[in-house]
Amino acid sequence: MKLQDIRTPMGFGLAFLLLVLPFLCNAYWLDVCVSIGLYALLALSLNVILGQAGIFHMGHAAFFAVGAYTTSILNTLYHWPVLWTMPLAGCAAAFFALAVARPIIHLRGDYLLIVTIGIVEIVRIALLNDVGGLTGGSNGIFGISRPTFFGFRISKGIQFYYLVWCMVGVSLLLFHCLWHSRFGRALNYIKEDDIAAEGCGVNVTHYKLAAFVLGAFWAGMAGTVYAAKMTTIAPESFNFMESVIIFAVVILSGGSQLGVLISTFLFIGLPELLREFSNARMLIFGFAMMAMMIWRPQGLLPPRRRRYQAGALLDRSSCAARESVRGGSAV
Amino acid sequence: MEQFLQQLLNGLAVGGIYALVALGYTMVYGVMKLINFAHGDIFTIGAYLGLTLLVSCNIAGMLGPVGALLAVFVMVALLTALVGYLLERVAYRPLRNAGRLSAVVSALGASIFFQNAVMLIYGARFYVYPDFLRPDFTVHLLGLNVPGVRLLVIGATVALMLALSAFIQRTRTGAAIRAVAIDPGAAQLMGINVDRVISLVFLIGPGLGGAAGLMVGIYYGQIDFTMGWSYGLKAFTAAILGGIGNIPGAMLGGLLLGVIEALAAGYVAMAWKDAIAFMVLILILIIRPTGILGERTAEKL
Amino acid sequence: MSLLRLEEVSKFFGGLVAVNDLSFDVEEGSIVGLIGPNGAGKTTVFNCITGNYTPETGRIVFDGKSIAGLQPHRIVELGIARTFQTIRLFGRLPVLENTLAGRHCRMKAGLLSCMFRTSAQRREEREAVARCMDELHFVGLAKQYAEPAGGLAYGSQRLLEIARALASDPRLIILDEPAGGMNDQETVALVDTIKDIRNRGITVLLIEHDMRLVMKICEKLIVLEHGAMIAHGKPEDVRRNPEVIEAYLGADDEKW
Repeated sequence: MKLQDIRTPMGFGLAFLLLVLPFLCNAYWLDVCVSIGLYALLALSLNVILGQAGIFHMGHAAFFAVGAYTTSILNTLYHWPVLWTMPLAGCAAAFFALAVARPIIHLRGDYLLIVTIGIVEIVRIALLNDVGGLTGGSNGIFGISRPTFFGFRISKGIQFYYLVWCMVGVSLLLFHCLWHSRFGRALNYIKEDDIAAEGCGVNVTHYKLAAFVLGAFWAGMAGTVYAAKMTTIAPESFNFMESVIIFAVVILSGGSQLGVLISTFLFIGLPELLREFSNARMLIFGFAMMAMMIWRPQGLLPPRRRRYQAGALLDRSSCAARESVRGGSAV
Repeated sequence: MEQFLQQLLNGLAVGGIYALVALGYTMVYGVMKLINFAHGDIFTIGAYLGLTLLVSCNIAGMLGPVGALLAVFVMVALLTALVGYLLERVAYRPLRNAGRLSAVVSALGASIFFQNAVMLIYGARFYVYPDFLRPDFTVHLLGLNVPGVRLLVIGATVALMLALSAFIQRTRTGAAIRAVAIDPGAAQLMGINVDRVISLVFLIGPGLGGAAGLMVGIYYGQIDFTMGWSYGLKAFTAAILGGIGNIPGAMLGGLLLGVIEALAAGYVAMAWKDAIAFMVLILILIIRPTGILGERTAEKL
Repeated sequence: MSLLRLEEVSKFFGGLVAVNDLSFDVEEGSIVGLIGPNGAGKTTVFNCITGNYTPETGRIVFDGKSIAGLQPHRIVELGIARTFQTIRLFGRLPVLENTLAGRHCRMKAGLLSCMFRTSAQRREEREAVARCMDELHFVGLAKQYAEPAGGLAYGSQRLLEIARALASDPRLIILDEPAGGMNDQETVALVDTIKDIRNRGITVLLIEHDMRLVMKICEKLIVLEHGAMIAHGKPEDVRRNPEVIEAYLGADDEKW
């Protein structure tokens, strides 16, 4: 497989395709592409936690739900403009993540996995039971208004399409910078060997929590867009199965951002392509999940190595380097 | 007090079923470090196979109620064991050397596959179990009227758990399973056929899970194709609660979870019982990060 | 003045006494060896100093500050860096990134400056890379900077752990069997490297089984047996100590 080598042209090709796609497909597929964009946002943010820091987190739908409900409540009860609630939805999800992750962050692998599943279930049940009288129980919340962007009302599919995919684009850029920084490396060290990371001076707890909070912030913002697009939300949209899908997207991606995009298209697009099989489509989908993992156990596209401008530093003679490192303290 | 004891017994019956399913999770985890998410759906398959055997084959007519119960029980266990064996060969063996999470995604795929296969074959409606098998006697115990079916389920789960414990602790094969759980590489060097042990575990675990599915059918009298999802999640929770990989832990965790849920449903609110079960799990893990009976392995530095 | 001081430190595992009432000093600018038969508790002492274990009793004072019970990364920040007896590199990451792990705690860029690539963040990043390349030159691994650490020879991996530790600007470096798995030639080179580390003003505390190396470079030895100190002092004095000879002959056939 030569996927590695054609990555840059593939990325550009995908970007171009996404730009012109709304003019090529009908309203139904446009809607599917908006969904794919939303899932891509969720998967990119989960990738920071699961792919980069290696934290077994299967509860991302909980943070998505907190964001979506924050927006819906602020909008329907207090009539806040939808887009204004986006930072708040992000913050609400981030604070929620911080509060629930703090006591459990030291749990290892599979123990953390079940706890994060538990958090999704607790959130869903709390929403179902109309906690605080704000969430509307099993009916959820409806009548969420359309977002306006400096007076420009976003209501059509194509407008949502560009809104969502612009957010994906910005996220790609920001997460790319993060990956190539001290922060991204710290997450990577933790994934490889958290005891060694701590022993080298990386504050493992801090970075794990930071990954959670950052991922949750993004999921919360995705929640805003979801609420705005659907105009009605209900607890069943944030169940364990949603978490499972996002989780599987990230694992199949292999950890790179391009991989996440391709994997999202496969996971969200495939069931739509299988619509003609009606009842059997989820059967085929489950089978495809197994087949894809067996076909590429390491995922579609593992992240590329970071590059450093270190070649130029090779020319220094090792003697000079020793002196420079010793500094003035040589005895 | 009477309500409390009834809830407790109900909790023990449900907990026993959780424990049987949890054993499948924990044994597989022990030897492969894999969370077999499809295990809950094997449990569903067990319930549906039991239904088919009971309804279509007129076993009860041939063998009488008790004989039929035993025969169906054995057949369900054998058939689900076979499903488990095939599952491992197809979905997990190719991923044995890949990352752990790749196998988890494969397991999730298998779960979706099984659930939808059951739905396609039987349809999306729920089914009522034939009640001629349901023991209709009640037992007077400590001043309580206890339904016979409740005692039957408790008795059967306890018997199965004791048998499994004896098998793991007393036999050579059981020792091989324990050895592979501790260190597959070393076990291989000692001449243990690791592949065979894993296959065996994938026969025993799903067999117990399938039997548990049959018991749920008899106990509640009603099954549907999504039941594996929630029972599987509960049983997995139970396995973690007791300390995953630890067989007595799974039994303890299952019983504990069943009792907690029954008491939560009886005394707090039915609607919150699942949430309370998870909250208890989280609290216990905060206090004991590797479960109640889990080993605290200090990592060697 | 002593840089590191242990005062009556004890560590138990269940009923087992791994370290028993141990006190010693490490003078600033010295090379101190911690030796003893297998299972004497040497690595446990290291893990207490580096924060991986919390001692049950006693005090560990570094530069006038009590550090027992602090988290390991805090202790690195305070100026104690370590290597691991069982090499713990990030095997799939390149050599340079392994070294950058040590530099991490001296860098300041936060989440937002990393996301938005502020000029301060980029400058810091360049400086860190340059500094880490210097450390790789120092141990002689600069040419392999882009190779995955897991592919290096065993001896080189030990050197890389040293480079990673040095990148965190330590005042005290703790080496757990740095010569383990090295051939004679590599060990000879290691002696020079350790002396160079000291000449940079960094205090060295090491565990080593290779007695020739220990005798050659250490100014002071501390001998442990069953978690307690049975002798300490200059190498030539320690090697004549009858208790030490007894402990070693009784345990295994280590060569002097």
